[in-house]
Amino acid sequence: MIQFNVQKKLDAPGGEMLLDLQGEFPQGQLITIFGESGAGKTSLLRIFAGLLMPETGKIIVNQQTWFDNRKGINLSPQKRKIGFVFQDYALFPNMTVQKNIEFAAKNRQNKKEITDLFDLFNLGELLNKKPETLSGGQKQRVALARAIASKPEILMLDEPLSALDHVMRSKLQDYILTVHKKYNLTTFLVSHDVGEIFKMADKVIVLDNGKITNQGTPSEVFSNKHISGKFQFTGEIIRIEKEDVIYVVTVLIGNSMVKVVSEEKEIHQFSIGDKVLVASKAFNPIIQKIQSK
Amino acid sequence: MIWDPIILTFQLAFITTVILIIISIPISYWLAYTRSTVKPVIETIVSMPLVLPPTVLGFYLLVAFSPSNAFGNWLDHTFGLRLVFSFEGLVLASVIYSLPFMVHPIQSGLSNLSTSLKEASYLMGKSRTSTLFQVLLPNIKPSLITGIVLAFAHTVGEFGVVLMIGGSIPGQTRVASIAIYDEVESLNYDIANSYSMILFAVTFVILFAVYTINGGFLKRFWE
Repeated sequence: MIQFNVQKKLDAPGGEMLLDLQGEFPQGQLITIFGESGAGKTSLLRIFAGLLMPETGKIIVNQQTWFDNRKGINLSPQKRKIGFVFQDYALFPNMTVQKNIEFAAKNRQNKKEITDLFDLFNLGELLNKKPETLSGGQKQRVALARAIASKPEILMLDEPLSALDHVMRSKLQDYILTVHKKYNLTTFLVSHDVGEIFKMADKVIVLDNGKITNQGTPSEVFSNKHISGKFQFTGEIIRIEKEDVIYVVTVLIGNSMVKVVSEEKEIHQFSIGDKVLVASKAFNPIIQKIQSK
Repeated sequence: MIWDPIILTFQLAFITTVILIIISIPISYWLAYTRSTVKPVIETIVSMPLVLPPTVLGFYLLVAFSPSNAFGNWLDHTFGLRLVFSFEGLVLASVIYSLPFMVHPIQSGLSNLSTSLKEASYLMGKSRTSTLFQVLLPNIKPSLITGIVLAFAHTVGEFGVVLMIGGSIPGQTRVASIAIYDEVESLNYDIANSYSMILFAVTFVILFAVYTINGGFLKRFWE
């Protein structure tokens, strides 16, 4: 069980922000942290990891106090048994992939467990390479293997998947799920991607401006806004063209452009850059596979 | 005979550089990561030899270490250490004089490393010391080499400080730069020329090495 109640003032881009977070998580869950950039997601992970010290509050993990400002307790990052995957991966450039993992594993595991890790993450061909020669997805895999190598009880992933393409992302999500279950970890994953959250999370916490504004299972949290029997997307107007008596509005949804017809009497409310909802009612969407995993 | 000042110069530069490596790593580490309010003060003190005329530094060291003054007297009586007009004094003066040339490259090397490297190592349970020696320093090799080479070269090239605190005692404090000055004073242009040529060549080689290394030209050979 992880219980926390911490406060810290942060210098955010929009001025000072008070991070004020309370909650508790049972062990063994995969918890995603969702929110806009600057909401305090990374800070929350850093506070748990001991890399950022809160001003007031308490963090108690499995009855052990990690932080308590009144008692003057602040357990060092070295003692917190956390595996952390950084946004920039933080692989040590002076070491090969194998050395990176062995360095993390030193004194903690036997040889067999390390070779198991190499196999689990398919690192065979990469072992003697230096990190700078790896692709983003490979670095990610190594960083994840290295985070596991120190036998953590808690795994923290700071938006590790955002820089990867769709296929890679899906593969790494599977790796994360595998290690999460195999090593019985409590996992925190910062994510922007609602699809990813549905696929992976037991629980999602929504941060806004340094506070937890919503939490629950993914379907509880996103049921109103994002899930609907109707077919609806939000996007941004990038072009409005007049064609004869009607107007064609081009809307950017994700990476796709959609053309929507609009009538003269309603066109005046739209302008380029507006955020809009594109929805269709009496209509039956077809689902078709475009690529297997 | 002619080689004595040259050998002495390189002895001085070598010993100074070794001492500088040892003391600059902790200083640079502290400067790179501290949030202390005294940081600007320490930075200023470390950097002063860059702008201060060497004679000023030499003058104050001379005054401080002179056995006729309290501190110099105390050193002499307690440790039998006489730092004026001695090789030990030259080493100390050179360490102070070349300190910024070692500290600055290491400090900027450490500051330019992503902090996540350090944090990742801590989260693996590694202490600060093993993080410093196994993660941070190996990743700033070019900065270390720059620091070592610049500190060495700068010590080879010093004149004002040595003149003030060391004088020109053959085999003790008569380094090449002083020897050149002495020989010119005595109108021995040939000997002065020999010393100068050697220093010229050595300095060229040293600086050439720095730029080659920092340009990454040598990287493929040592990796």
